[in-house]
Amino acid sequence: MDHFPTNWGRPRSEAFDAYGTYPIHQRPKTDSFSAGVQRTQQPIVTGTSVLAIKYKDGIMMAADNLASYGSLARFKDIQRLHPVGNNTVIGAGGDMSDFQYIQTILDELIIDEFTAQDGHSLGPAEIHEYLAQVMYARRTKMNPLWNSLLVGGFKDGKRFLAYVDLLGTTYTASTLATGFGGHLAQPLLRSAVEGKEDTLTEEEALAIIENSMRVLFYRDARSLNKYQVATITESGVKISESKSVETSWSFAEGIRGYGAQVQ
Amino acid sequence: MDHIDWNRLKTGEVNLGTSIMAVQFDGGVVIGADSRTTTGSYIANRVTDKLTHVHDRIYCCRSGSAADTQAVADVVHYQLQMYSQTAGKAPSVHTAAAAFQKLCYDNKDALSAGIIVAGWDEAHGPSVYNIPLGGGLFRQPWAIGGSGSTYVYGYCDATYQEGWGRDETVNFVKNTLALAMSRDGSSGGVIRMCVITEDKVERLFVPGNELPRFWEGHEILGAAEPRKKVASDVVPMVEA
Amino acid sequence: MTSIGTGYDLSASTYSPDGRIFQVEYANKAVENSGTAIGLKVKDGIVLAVEKLVHSKLLVPEANRRIQTVDRHIGLATAGLLADGRHLSNRARDEASNYRDTYNSPPPLKAIADRLGLYVQAYTLYSSVRPFGISTILGTVDPDGPGLFVVEPSGVFFGYNGAAVGKGRQLAKTELEKLKLTELSVREAVIEAARIIYLVHDDAKEKEFELEMSWIGPESNNLHVHVPKDLLEEAEAAAKAALESLVE
Repeated sequence: MDHFPTNWGRPRSEAFDAYGTYPIHQRPKTDSFSAGVQRTQQPIVTGTSVLAIKYKDGIMMAADNLASYGSLARFKDIQRLHPVGNNTVIGAGGDMSDFQYIQTILDELIIDEFTAQDGHSLGPAEIHEYLAQVMYARRTKMNPLWNSLLVGGFKDGKRFLAYVDLLGTTYTASTLATGFGGHLAQPLLRSAVEGKEDTLTEEEALAIIENSMRVLFYRDARSLNKYQVATITESGVKISESKSVETSWSFAEGIRGYGAQVQ
Repeated sequence: MDHIDWNRLKTGEVNLGTSIMAVQFDGGVVIGADSRTTTGSYIANRVTDKLTHVHDRIYCCRSGSAADTQAVADVVHYQLQMYSQTAGKAPSVHTAAAAFQKLCYDNKDALSAGIIVAGWDEAHGPSVYNIPLGGGLFRQPWAIGGSGSTYVYGYCDATYQEGWGRDETVNFVKNTLALAMSRDGSSGGVIRMCVITEDKVERLFVPGNELPRFWEGHEILGAAEPRKKVASDVVPMVEA
Repeated sequence: MTSIGTGYDLSASTYSPDGRIFQVEYANKAVENSGTAIGLKVKDGIVLAVEKLVHSKLLVPEANRRIQTVDRHIGLATAGLLADGRHLSNRARDEASNYRDTYNSPPPLKAIADRLGLYVQAYTLYSSVRPFGISTILGTVDPDGPGLFVVEPSGVFFGYNGAAVGKGRQLAKTELEKLKLTELSVREAVIEAARIIYLVHDDAKEKEFELEMSWIGPESNNLHVHVPKDLLEEAEAAAKAALESLVE
């Protein structure tokens, strides 16, 4: 899947604005699809990657605080990790207004469950299933919720981590990444986590996440070095304050030209 | 396409090309807007009022389609009147912003409306909400919007500071809008501002011939002029 | 009763010549036959308590609850027909959810009481329906502090500091009036509420009852939940002790 939410669910068109400089509503449109369908909607204010891994005590998830408007870094203090009930966090990339809508319907769902007072509460698996049904139903109505979401949680001693997107596609793995993270972070996460899900400590997990966030900041033009990390464990949901990773640039000082040039 | 299709306007539609802004300060909010309305590159109205009353202490700044944003503001105005009658108190700014957000989100495919909602309420004091094109809702200490805003993000980031009083905030809004209007062809005319506090809503006006002015450059067409030569009667100093 | 046989009591849509609606008054009788329900609005929260009369030893304990949760911060206790209470609490949940949808914020209790009042009142207008046979105590803690309302079968509602409906309401009200409600904490109010329910319970007429209690306060994180088991047991023990000392 493409890392620009704009292009999700569309046939690939590399003819125009491959770098997503403009929010799609003001982009030049001349591809063969512009005259046809795709009236549905478009993402406008967007968030980029979400990362998540399994580790010894539960799930760790991270997303930066940026909401972009085309290439404009429009809102730099947006939370893209959202707790749902006491055992689940969802992280969203894609359209932020649709994400806010998802937050409100999940909040409603949790209240419905709470008011029943029947001793049951919704865990991550149920929330993921519900979301998948909503996402699939909306895409079937040709009016998708333009997001790719990670659902992470810990309930009854079990970890849960799964993906769902605007098409209603779902899958699960011990490391997941949406958007650009799917290209850049996922290989790093896999090599660092797979086979070690039950031994990685919180510190080790955090180091893995931080390293991937750094790579994403270096290489994703819609990212921000300001992000939050959520942990979902036996003791519940914790979402950190915003933080940043150390970056290194000093090696570039001596670089000259782009080939033979030396001065 | 001969002009930027700023937000999917219908052919011939009246557009609030627009620079709009709202900033909160300790005792209230300052909102501001330019006054230009265009159809294509023709200025349909040069003295528009884009600061729209929706309740006693809540205003919105409108950008996008004039027809759409007026319709939305009228609906919210009605809803807030109903709210204050049934709840027996003035609505909070959040309530107003939520009403705008709902309309903008539910009808996102049909509307081109970028709206900033700002005002003062009993429970939270001053607040500013931004509702950009897709219908998201974002609370901010300051917000800018409209086509002109893209030229002044850097200025705002570099200039804004927390803890300003009324006058500093008014100045910030005035300067930002003047800069945006000077660079954006779809913005211009006069600056209208409102200072909304618990006690009153004060209207401020800067005529188009008294706008704050900044560097306007001296670009020259053609080849560069040669550097001025040192006068020939000056003997250069030479080491012995 | 004077109304019987006159024909003026056959429908909620018919007034009697002196301007009464007997069907609504009969609905109040249904409330009066029910176990007592009380609500206390105290310093930092709300306590709801219900004397749930158990008509069969075969019933599962804690089944057929008469206290319901409407929203995170709103609770509801009814006296009267159990099924009517369930129906109204479902309606209250819908209203709360509708308010959230519209205003993107949690509903203040007054808005819910308002809407429930309108709803209940509509059932006093038509010959095709029966008025609600319940009085409803609504409690909340919101940013403005605790709130308590009672909705009656006629559809009127009032705000209260302490409320009592059902069989033992008169005695319960006198007991509530003795309390310094504004100085009580929710924890203290739980003890008092239990004592009042035990006090108003008429052993002679009804044998078994179950005490059902909920609260909203700092200890419940301002959520409406049933009182924790250990506290409920403590309150019941204290209530029984208080009754004993009264007898002596």
